[in-house]
Amino acid sequence: MRSTFKGLLGLAIACTASSAWSATLDNVKKNGVLTCGTNSATAGFSLPDNEGKWTGFVVDYCRAVAAAVLGNAQKVKFIPLTPKDRFTALQSGEIDILAHNATWTSSRDTSLGILFAGTYFYDGQGFMVRKADNIASAKGLEGASICVTQGTTTELNLADYFRSQSIKYTTVGFADEEAVVKAYEEGRCDVLSADTSTLNASRLRMAKPDDSIVLPELISKEPLGPAVRQGDDQWFNVAKWTLYVMVASEEYGVTSKNVDAMKSSDNPSIRRLLGLEGSIGKDIGLGDDWPVEVIKQVGNYGEVFDRNVGKDSPLKMERGMNALWNKGGVQYAPPIR
Amino acid sequence: MSDQSMHSPVVSSALIPAMAPPADVWPGPVTWMKKNLFSTPSSGALTICFILLAVWLLQHFLSFAIFNAVWSGGRDSCRANGEGACWPFIAEKFDYLRYGAYPVSERWRVDLAEALAAILIVWFLWTKAPRRKVAALLFFLVYPVAAFVLVRGVAFLNLPVIDTTLWGGLLITLLMSIVGIVFSLPIGVILALGRRSELPFVKAVCVTFIEVVRGVPFITVLFMANFMMPLFVPDYLTPDRLLRPLIAIALFSSAYMAEVVRAGLQAIPKSQYEAANALGISYFSMMRLIVLPQALTIVIPSIVSTFIGLFKDTTLVAIVGIADFLRAVETARVDPSWAGPTISSTGYLFAGLVYWGFCFGMSRYSQSMERQLARGHKS
Repeated sequence: MRSTFKGLLGLAIACTASSAWSATLDNVKKNGVLTCGTNSATAGFSLPDNEGKWTGFVVDYCRAVAAAVLGNAQKVKFIPLTPKDRFTALQSGEIDILAHNATWTSSRDTSLGILFAGTYFYDGQGFMVRKADNIASAKGLEGASICVTQGTTTELNLADYFRSQSIKYTTVGFADEEAVVKAYEEGRCDVLSADTSTLNASRLRMAKPDDSIVLPELISKEPLGPAVRQGDDQWFNVAKWTLYVMVASEEYGVTSKNVDAMKSSDNPSIRRLLGLEGSIGKDIGLGDDWPVEVIKQVGNYGEVFDRNVGKDSPLKMERGMNALWNKGGVQYAPPIR
Repeated sequence: MSDQSMHSPVVSSALIPAMAPPADVWPGPVTWMKKNLFSTPSSGALTICFILLAVWLLQHFLSFAIFNAVWSGGRDSCRANGEGACWPFIAEKFDYLRYGAYPVSERWRVDLAEALAAILIVWFLWTKAPRRKVAALLFFLVYPVAAFVLVRGVAFLNLPVIDTTLWGGLLITLLMSIVGIVFSLPIGVILALGRRSELPFVKAVCVTFIEVVRGVPFITVLFMANFMMPLFVPDYLTPDRLLRPLIAIALFSSAYMAEVVRAGLQAIPKSQYEAANALGISYFSMMRLIVLPQALTIVIPSIVSTFIGLFKDTTLVAIVGIADFLRAVETARVDPSWAGPTISSTGYLFAGLVYWGFCFGMSRYSQSMERQLARGHKS
C-alpha cells in the first residue's frame, strides 16, 4: 500500500516535474546560487563548524558542483534535511540537488521521480567489538549479543547475514544511536553494529575509544550518492561528472595544490580532464575550465575524503572500498574523452 | 453618661497575662512542620522518604552540573573527566547556539535587535513603568519593522541582506515565539469575538478557521508549507522558507488563543452585556471597556500557558530544516572534535536550563500579573 502510494506520488511528480524543472542548470546559473539538501548533522559528512559554516564530505561534493556550475564553491545554500523529508524536498524543487547519506537502491531510483548520479561513499554495515575479546572476524561472533538501533535496516541485515552463516546471536535494541553506544560501553552487549560511517563517530564518543576495533567484514551494501530529479538529463550529467572529475583527478594525481602546474602536463588524459583538449565543458553546458575550478577550490576525491572522514580528520576512516579501483577499492571514473 | 463611670473607670491595675498566639496564625517552623509534614506517622515516613529522594537527586544533579564539571580546557580535559558536565564545550559553541550561521561580522545587529526587544518588553510589562502605552505601540508597530531591517538587512541602509538559511540557534527560537506571541493575541481576540458574533457569515468564517487549524497537526502544516508548497506554487510566488513557518505559527497560535479568549468571554455574565446595551454603549466600547478587560484577566493563566506551549513548540521547525536552538544543540554535540562521553548530556542539560529559564520567567510574570489584576476577585 505504502509503496503504491509512493509510486503514484513519484509518478505524479515525475510527470509535472519533467517539464517544470527541466532546466535546473539554467535556474542555478540564473539564481547564482546552488541549493543543496544535506544531512542535518552527521560527523564527517555534513556539520556546521563553530561559525555555522558547513563542512563535511557531502558538503564538499555540493561545493564542487557549485564550483563547476558557478565557478565559486562558496555559492551554496545548504538546507539540512531529515531522512524522512529528503526525497520530498528534492521532488518538489525546494532543493536543486540532494547530497545526503542516502543509500542508492532500485526502488528509490525507479519509483520516486529521482535519479542517483553515482556513489560518493561506499558504506556498509559493520561490527565493533572489544579488543580484549580477541575476535578477528564476524565469523567468530557465535552466541554474541549485538547492540543495534531499533527499527532500522540494521536489524534486518543482521538477520540475513547470520542466517546465511548459520550463526546464533541475540540482538539488544535501543531507540537511538546514543543509547546503543552507552549500552555497549556498559557491557550490556559484546558487539555494536551500525554503518561503518557511524561506527567510527560512535567510537570517538566513548570513554575509551582505543579499547574497541571495527571488524573488516561489511554485511550490507550501502552505496551513498547524490540524487537529482528525473527528467533533467543535463543536470544529471553535471551531478555525475562532477563526481567523476574528482575521482579521475585523484587517479591522475591532480590535486588542489598542483592543478595549475598540471596544466603544462603532456599527459593527454590530464589535458582532457583539465579542459585543455577535447570538449569537457561545452557539451555539458559549462565553461571549459570547470574541472579546474572544482579541483582548485574543493580538491580531488582523495583530498576531500582525507580532510573530512579520512586520515586528516578525527574520524580516521580507512579508504577501504572507497580507494581507487587501481588501489584495491571500487572508486572508478569512466574515461574522459 | 453616669458619674460613677467617670470616677471609677474600669482599669485593671495588673498586667493581663500574655496569651498564647492563635493556633493558625504565624506558626513557628517546628509547629508548621508538625502540622504539615509529620501530622501522622505515615505522612512523616513519606516526608522523610521524599526528602531523601530529593537530596539524592539534587546531589547527583549538582555534582554533574557543578562540583565535578569541567570548567576550563578543551576536549582532552573533558574526556579525562567522565563524571561531570563539559562547560568549555558550551562556551566554544555558545555563539553557534545563539546565532547559527549568521555572519560573524554582522552579529551585532542581532544583539541590537534582541536588546531593543528586551528593553521594550520590560518597559511594557513592568506595571510601574511610565508611559507603558508608548512601549506597547513601539513594540507592536515600530519594533517589527526595526527588527526586520536590522536582522534581515536592507541594502540601501548599508546593512547587507542576510539570507534566512543562515539564521539559526536561539535567534530562530526567539523570533518564532515573539512572532507567535505578538500575532496570536490580537488575532485570537478577533477570532473569539467573531465566533460569538451574531452575523452568520463572520461566525462561519471564524468557526471554520479555528476548527480547521486546530484539527491539523502543526508538523503537517510545516511540512506542507516547506516541502510541498513549491510543487503547487510558482517560484516567484513562494515566500521565503523561514517566513512560511512564521506565518504557520502565527495562524496556529491564533486559533488556539481564540478558544482561550472565548472561555473568558463566556465567563462574563450576560447581564453585563445587557446593562451595557441598555446604557446605549456601542459594541466596540462595550468590548474594549467592559468585557475584554475582565475576560482577559480571567484567562491569564491559560494565555500564558499557551505562550509557554508555543515557545516549546517552536522546536518543531527543526523538522523542516530550520536550525532552531534545540537543533543547534543537537548539531553541536555531533562535532567529532569534541566527541566524548559527557558532551551530549552537557548539551541537553544546557538546552533544558535555557528553556526552563524562559518558561519559568513567563510563568512567574503571569502569576504576579494575576495577583495585581485579580485583587477585586480575591477570596
